[in-house]
Amino acid sequence: MPKAGIIVAGSTSVQPFAEVLAEEYMTLHPDVTIDIQGGGSAAGIMAAQSGIADIGMSSRELEGGEKSLWYVEIARDGLAVIVHPSNPIGNLSLNQVRDIYAATVSNWSLLGGPRSQIHVITREDGSGTRAAFESLVMGKAEITPRAIVQDSNGAVRQLVADDPNAIGFISLGLVNETVKALELGGVAATRENVINGSYGLSRPFLFIARSQPTGQTKQFIDFTLSAEGQKLLATEGLIPSSDGTGK
Amino acid sequence: MKSLKEKISESVFLLIALSALSALALITVFIFIEGVPIIAKVGVVNFVFGMKWAPSQGAFGIFPMIIGSVSVTLGAAVLGVPVALCCSIFLAEFAPATLSNLVRPAIQLLAGIPSVVYGFWGLVFIVPAIRNYLGGPGLSILAGSVILAIMILPTVISISEVSLLALPRLYKEGAFALGATHWQTIRSVLMPAAKSGIVAAIILGIGRAIGETMAVIMVLGNAVALPQSILDPARTLTTNIGIEMGYASGEHQEALFATGIVLLIIIMILNAIAQYAARRR
Amino acid sequence: MRVSARSTQMIAKIVIWSAALLVIVLLLAIMIYILLKGVPTLNWQFLSEIPRDMGRSGGILSTVVGTLLVTAVAIVVATPLGVGTAFYLTEYTREGRVTRIIRFSAESLAGIPSIVYGLFGFIFFVIYLKLGWSILSGGLTLAVMILPTIIRTSEEAIRTVPSLYREVSFSLGGTKWQTITRAVIPSALPGIAIGIILGIGRCVAETAAVILTAGSALRMPISLFSPARTMAVHFYILAREGISMERAYGTAAILIILILLVNVVANMLVNRFVARGR
Repeated sequence: MPKAGIIVAGSTSVQPFAEVLAEEYMTLHPDVTIDIQGGGSAAGIMAAQSGIADIGMSSRELEGGEKSLWYVEIARDGLAVIVHPSNPIGNLSLNQVRDIYAATVSNWSLLGGPRSQIHVITREDGSGTRAAFESLVMGKAEITPRAIVQDSNGAVRQLVADDPNAIGFISLGLVNETVKALELGGVAATRENVINGSYGLSRPFLFIARSQPTGQTKQFIDFTLSAEGQKLLATEGLIPSSDGTGK
Repeated sequence: MKSLKEKISESVFLLIALSALSALALITVFIFIEGVPIIAKVGVVNFVFGMKWAPSQGAFGIFPMIIGSVSVTLGAAVLGVPVALCCSIFLAEFAPATLSNLVRPAIQLLAGIPSVVYGFWGLVFIVPAIRNYLGGPGLSILAGSVILAIMILPTVISISEVSLLALPRLYKEGAFALGATHWQTIRSVLMPAAKSGIVAAIILGIGRAIGETMAVIMVLGNAVALPQSILDPARTLTTNIGIEMGYASGEHQEALFATGIVLLIIIMILNAIAQYAARRR
Repeated sequence: MRVSARSTQMIAKIVIWSAALLVIVLLLAIMIYILLKGVPTLNWQFLSEIPRDMGRSGGILSTVVGTLLVTAVAIVVATPLGVGTAFYLTEYTREGRVTRIIRFSAESLAGIPSIVYGLFGFIFFVIYLKLGWSILSGGLTLAVMILPTIIRTSEEAIRTVPSLYREVSFSLGGTKWQTITRAVIPSALPGIAIGIILGIGRCVAETAAVILTAGSALRMPISLFSPARTMAVHFYILAREGISMERAYGTAAILIILILLVNVVANMLVNRFVARGR
């Protein structure tokens, strides 16, 4: 079956950054074609495993059986907990965030805010962003079934920007002036704080393949890990990978 | 005595028909094959009436989604059908020809607008309105009902109008001859006479509402819990498939196909009712 | 207090006119909103360039091509299958249990939510047949989706051809095949065409079934095996991710204009259909 060049599929968080990398790479190498596809981290891992995609994208760590796949970290991304800019609360502890998402705390007034119900927003079940949030913040606790589910970072951001009572979590790189990123335990959500480790919420962006990549796929991954590729990602708001070489 | 050419052409048509029908059979069979195992494993009652949907923990209850689908569809019917019927009466009985020739294509146009555009429009206008004036997050059954009501208008209007127009003039003239006003005629003579067509129109509209996915994903909130008021977010059978389709594998995926089976059964029941109603002339 | 028949009539008229007004206002609200926000973005550049920078800049050319190709595949596959089946059902079989069952199945399948077709298409075409995310996967999925509708509308159109036409043809010595091609088809053609046009409209507007079968890659597709993004999918992604609202509105505006054209053509055909004297 004729293939249309390199197929990259998976996490919607990683997707825009992969698209930027691909665009740059294709300008440098006009004979190569790269197609980027969404679908979510779980779908990306599955696509890499089954071979429908050459590269799978994931925005969370691999678990269990997935670890047998070849993977490399191409960047790190902070996870920001966001609220409406008008929300008087600017700082919460990790426990408080967990309580909000578990619905043990359901009113802003219990945290020093106005007397109104908290509108909890989460990502969908197969999202890497959600999985990362669950493992870093929720631990054993479950996200409340009453939480509103949205299927992309942008949709979550849009919702929080419109609703003064909403709280959500998105890629740190996507935070803009329409929303406010909370400080967690007094630590501001900035790239620097992720790099120096004081802001704990961060997750890896992974490129995954069924086996050690070769040929065009390998060259594209090498480009991603090169100084040029990493600089591109840094300009877009990501944190350079600590893992400069493949496994 | 059929010539060779005749036999060939008949066989060609037969082949075409068989291919088409087998394609359609394939999809039905496929859905059942993929979905039945999980229903068998979880148990029909647990699946259909289970309250918890959490695939990562092995919980596959779709009852909250059924309630979501039913409430949103009911809401759409309650909001949309009266308006649609009034509009069809308008087109059939009250509108001057020039006006109806403008309005009718306009309504057809409504039918062609992509559902994602409807959903987006709802997100920009309806959801904030509900949030600011009625409370709650705005993403709610009410928002879904409003958008779906608008989306089913063209279907219900056009089919009802056709049913009204198809009535013999005799009915109307007879009623007038007896001294009835226009409205009395419509209410007591024409509408009952067109009942089967109108019922078919409503059922088709309901079918469309149940099947809608993209617009609903954008305005319904997609929470997995059982909604408790029309201002609560909810999830329907279709959006359940839509929002988790790309990620699912193994049992999770089978459960989505099983949801598809439930939808198929609902549509078949609706169709059967519509055909029954249409046959009772 | 008895309300007179006249006043009931007056109230009824007011309610009915208001309902009609409401419908028109809603339609205009949606269309004008999109066109107002979208038309300013429309220029030759927008239509002739491909999306760049995740869609933040550039145009929508690859999505236009994607939409056309996916729709073309769907129509090319579904039309012969659908119309042929309709012919077989009406011309070569007698009305009976079997045809009723087939008709009922076609009706039911026409009502299945498009998302279920998307699920089927994803598992069957993309993964099982290894077609991957491609125009072919998307087009074939859409073909299966619009097939029931084409069968239904074609069957309707063929059945309403007066039996007189057929009888005359037979009495003049025509064979079945000749009758079909020379007497029935020309008369049923506008009705069949309407069904096909409705199918085109559905393909252009479809998002759920397409996003998981044709994919969402931004590049210009080079073959039927390339993934492609359709305009409806592009609009959804741009608007949801907040990547570029102007381009989102622009895409939506093009979609609406396209639907308008499709509707105008369909209406012209309906008028011809009616004018031919049923």
